[in-house]
Amino acid sequence: MRLAFSDDQVAVRDAVQAFLAEAVSSESTRTAMADGSGVDWPLWRAMARDLGLTGLAVPEAFGGSELGAVETAIISETLGAHLGAVPWLASTVIATKAISLGGSDTQGAEWLPRLAEGSAIATFATEGFEIRNGRLTGSTPFVPHGNVADLIVACADDQTFLVPTDAVGCTITAQTTLDQTRPLALVTLSDVEAAPLPALDWCDIEPLAWTAIAADSLGGAQACLDRTVAHVKERIQFGRTIGSFQAVKHRLADMLVAIEQARSAVYWAAGEIDAGGPDARLASHAAKSFACDTYADCAGHAIQLHGGIGFTWEHDAHLFFKRARGNMSLMGAPVWHREQIARLMPLEVACD
Amino acid sequence: MRLSYTDSERAFRTEAADWLRSELCGEFADVRGLTSRVGAPERRLEWEKRLGEARWSVIGWPAEYGGRDATMAERVIFAEEYAGAGGPPRINHVGVELLGPTVIAYGTAAQKARFLPPIATGGSIWCQGYSEPGAGSDLGAVRTRAQLDNGEWIIDGQKVWTSLAQFSGWAFILARSEPGSVGRNGLTFLLVPLDQAGVSIRPIRQITGDAEFNELFLDGARTDQGDILGAPGEGWDVAMALLGFERGVSTLGQQMAFRNELDAVIAAARANGSAQDPLIRQRLAQAEIGLRLMRFGALRMLDQEGGAGTGAAITYKIQWASWRRSLGELAMDVLGQAGQVAPALPDGDYAMPILTDLFLNARADTIYGGTNQIQRNLIAERGLGLPRELRGDLKG
Repeated sequence: MRLAFSDDQVAVRDAVQAFLAEAVSSESTRTAMADGSGVDWPLWRAMARDLGLTGLAVPEAFGGSELGAVETAIISETLGAHLGAVPWLASTVIATKAISLGGSDTQGAEWLPRLAEGSAIATFATEGFEIRNGRLTGSTPFVPHGNVADLIVACADDQTFLVPTDAVGCTITAQTTLDQTRPLALVTLSDVEAAPLPALDWCDIEPLAWTAIAADSLGGAQACLDRTVAHVKERIQFGRTIGSFQAVKHRLADMLVAIEQARSAVYWAAGEIDAGGPDARLASHAAKSFACDTYADCAGHAIQLHGGIGFTWEHDAHLFFKRARGNMSLMGAPVWHREQIARLMPLEVACD
Repeated sequence: MRLSYTDSERAFRTEAADWLRSELCGEFADVRGLTSRVGAPERRLEWEKRLGEARWSVIGWPAEYGGRDATMAERVIFAEEYAGAGGPPRINHVGVELLGPTVIAYGTAAQKARFLPPIATGGSIWCQGYSEPGAGSDLGAVRTRAQLDNGEWIIDGQKVWTSLAQFSGWAFILARSEPGSVGRNGLTFLLVPLDQAGVSIRPIRQITGDAEFNELFLDGARTDQGDILGAPGEGWDVAMALLGFERGVSTLGQQMAFRNELDAVIAAARANGSAQDPLIRQRLAQAEIGLRLMRFGALRMLDQEGGAGTGAAITYKIQWASWRRSLGELAMDVLGQAGQVAPALPDGDYAMPILTDLFLNARADTIYGGTNQIQRNLIAERGLGLPRELRGDLKG
């Protein structure tokens, strides 16, 4: 057992951190928010072309790098810290992984090279559809980045299907979304012909997806803390920096206490997934619930401790606050994840 | 990062599990599942010796002092198996986890040879003499005096909140050896035998009715000139290094007790049906998450290469103390009205069942070793670089 990142993982982390520090800014994110797509296209193209990040889940045979959950967490955390407006979670982490795990060779050959190079975008929809006469029908209103997707990985009746968004009978309507960096779309399927992913159990995708959302939350929470600490060291009121007030210091300390636990949760979960450990599901439920709660708290504290400026549109605090809320609601609220943990909890030790 | 185990680690786990099971389901079945830190002291002393005989007492120490040179992974594995087998709290926790590693780091060869083996074999029990009536979280205010006299240190003063002193043969004491010195300067770290005329111990009856803590009176107590760690006047550094060990491996041992306590709360919730209450289930799940995150946080602290930095270490105390206080409150909510009464004892003593005791006991956790308020100051100042709290300048 070894907790330290491997040399390769450190290299991934350093490269992604350096790259995103250059490639993302408040301006680039706001441009993406304003253009209706919710995608920072220069960032997305650079992630695909320059770093090959979109090939993360893709087997090498299809042009990808097939990295693990720890690498996924490292990249998700860094993207979260910068509020990257890209379909990373829906396309790279979830949909592409689903095809890599459960697709036929033909499906893989058709989609994975394009997803790996970032020229196609995929998303997922887990509810709202049913199978009628071998075709998919139904609708679901909350499909992340559905507005820009070329392909939907759609669940219906315990099976998973591939639905190209240009299929006859597929209608997509962009929604106005609280978090404009991760738009949601209404997807309606009317009698759409769809091919099942033959070897996919959706349960195999969930722990990685939850952990990636948790990692995004961890990065966001840490960014809220870092930015707020910088602010309270600068801001002077009543003749002193406000960071010298104990009420302020203690709240920031509580943020760090929670963030350090969230960090433990994310890397525990990612490590369990990579190890194929028996606790992978428990750990990813823990990470999703704890890190999302932490992010929501930290983003709220960031607004409070910035004072009036933190309530304005021009300041970035609201972007974190909205992403935090979105992460919380996506793929199961903290209360739901804790209930799943309650179901997994063991009986007391017995001496037999 | 690799959370899976190697073949040799798995073999180690089997060996530890087999031994623990045979002892704790056999000769030591009576201490299995015990959670009290003051209960059944004679039997727990015997258990300490049995661990030592089988070389399971101090596995992380070098083999020459009774350890096994165990890797971090092996120490983690043993802690897990110990918890799973229902091993009781270690009565020599302070000797094994705090003083031992400090002697290994700061002791002379002679001190290592003299002090370490008796700890490893359970023959020498230690307690910690840091706090004083006038110096709780503020150790720089220590006033106990030590002065050299004819090859011996003469120690005068009073310590308080000395856990398990009543069972201990030795204490390590932080004392002021340079008259007029203030703060962290002029302090010396002394190793003091307790079985002598100059020492008296008065148990403090606590909120629980138990006496785990004690007052320790040092009235001309003596120890040999050479029985100090570090140089005279430089005890602060040794004391702080020891607190570092407190945040390190010993946390894994502490988590054994936490696991047992949480399991007891779960069992109570199942027994009275409250485990079906959605709000109780949420809190039980939160407690489970908190415990698991404590474990991984402790591993991050221990794995220096893991990028733990100061964050995991500096936040750990407030994390576990707050977790355990919440667990105590959850325990009482699970028990409901039944938590208000204890089974009758023949002598009419005030003895609460373990979950009620946990509820009361946990009120100490957010106070000793630095209160939650002091911890937040430390985190803000050392962890986040915020301005220091204004220091008072009262001269007493």
